[in-house]
Amino acid sequence: MLSVSPVCRGCSRAAQAEVARVCAKPLDAVQCFGHDLPMPHDIHDDDHAHSLLPPDPALRVKALETLLERKGLLDPAALDEIIETYAHKVGPQNGAQVVARVWTDANFRTLLMNDATEAVSQMGFYGRQGEHMVAIANTPEVHNVVVCTLCSCYPWPLLGIPPGWYKSDAYRARVVREPRKVLAEFGVILPETQKIRVWDSTAEVRYLIIPQRPAGTDGMSQAQLTQLVTRESMIGTGLAQVPQ
Amino acid sequence: MSRVHDMGGRFGDGAVGFEPDGEAIFVENWHARALALTLAAGGLGKWNIDISRHARECLSPKDYARFTYYEKWMAALAVLLVDSGVVTKAEMAGAEPSPSDLTDKTLRADKVAAVLASGGPSARDGAAPAFNIGDRVRTRHVARNVLVSGGHTRLPGYAAGMKGEVILSHGCHVLPDASAHRLGDRPEPLYTIAFDAADLWGEAERVGDEVTCDLWESYLEPAP
Repeated sequence: MLSVSPVCRGCSRAAQAEVARVCAKPLDAVQCFGHDLPMPHDIHDDDHAHSLLPPDPALRVKALETLLERKGLLDPAALDEIIETYAHKVGPQNGAQVVARVWTDANFRTLLMNDATEAVSQMGFYGRQGEHMVAIANTPEVHNVVVCTLCSCYPWPLLGIPPGWYKSDAYRARVVREPRKVLAEFGVILPETQKIRVWDSTAEVRYLIIPQRPAGTDGMSQAQLTQLVTRESMIGTGLAQVPQ
Repeated sequence: MSRVHDMGGRFGDGAVGFEPDGEAIFVENWHARALALTLAAGGLGKWNIDISRHARECLSPKDYARFTYYEKWMAALAVLLVDSGVVTKAEMAGAEPSPSDLTDKTLRADKVAAVLASGGPSARDGAAPAFNIGDRVRTRHVARNVLVSGGHTRLPGYAAGMKGEVILSHGCHVLPDASAHRLGDRPEPLYTIAFDAADLWGEAERVGDEVTCDLWESYLEPAP
């Protein structure tokens, strides 16, 4: 915290308002602007706190969990509740309900395209990582795909926890540069007449892609349509399924 | 300059590894514990989402590349807990833990549903947007934090110094370049900017393909 005035390591005086407090490290890493100090990431490469933990990932989690519990900062039952939520309650089945409703309810479609956060909130889908929703509809002219090249931003209340491929270096690195090659790996070949727009979620806005409604689905109920909406179709690396 | 996490456009990563038959939400049990532990510890209120992203990005390139996804989360969590004074280095190394004065913030099981459902909006009141839909803008060159040398920013390197068009306007949002360094919210108008893929990569896979980024007003200037 910068609640006290930190001392610059370059001039030994209280650092100026805009300090370089790098890597969220303690106050000894503060410097006035312009002072010639080691580059931020050279300051403490050897003393990252995580190096104090066991190297095995499962043991590492257990060590942190045990430490926080012993300090009274963790309720193990709360962890179980969070896991239960994202393992069983919140997932792409939520987004699929939204898409099927968009396909069958013109008024809802208008609301969603104008204010997606409000529209999905009315269906009970609001919360962490879904605070600022925007819906983008695929058309015969434009196919849309979502990525987060900088981390793993994803609309949790509608799609749940992102799958491994979405968080992979390969997807993050490649889909902005060669989206058609990446889509081909998902079995999706777009016509040359259809433009691709790749949405890199670099802020807190979360995107839900509305896939095109497949042909031959006239007369299907919302519940039946929901079954055609895959997770990938709502990210843009897939299409809605064609009924058998 | 950018860090190792800023990988958009990078060559050499190989196939994405999509499994058509699906994969478990949590491939290993400890993945689920790591996610839940991160959310629960975040509930102590000692850091925000920008600080936590910054902590992950500050992993050394060597660690960032070799750690799997949730290993990055755990490494960053350890750093955040020590840096924010929640635990000491000695405790992290195995010393007998002393009681915390933060226990009134501990996330209890009966509060989980409400906390996950309430989220943490980044929208704030602030200035009217300087740019309109359809305006041509140019992004900052180089992609860097101008408040904190070497600090966090959300302008990807591949989109730095590029001309694009404002296609959405989202109102004012917390500026991560400030928030990640505990310099306050400093809300700014946020826009979606569309770039021509041919401008970004030299040539597009297909003429007319586009990439968009969500960018804050101080990242942008009017395009000449």
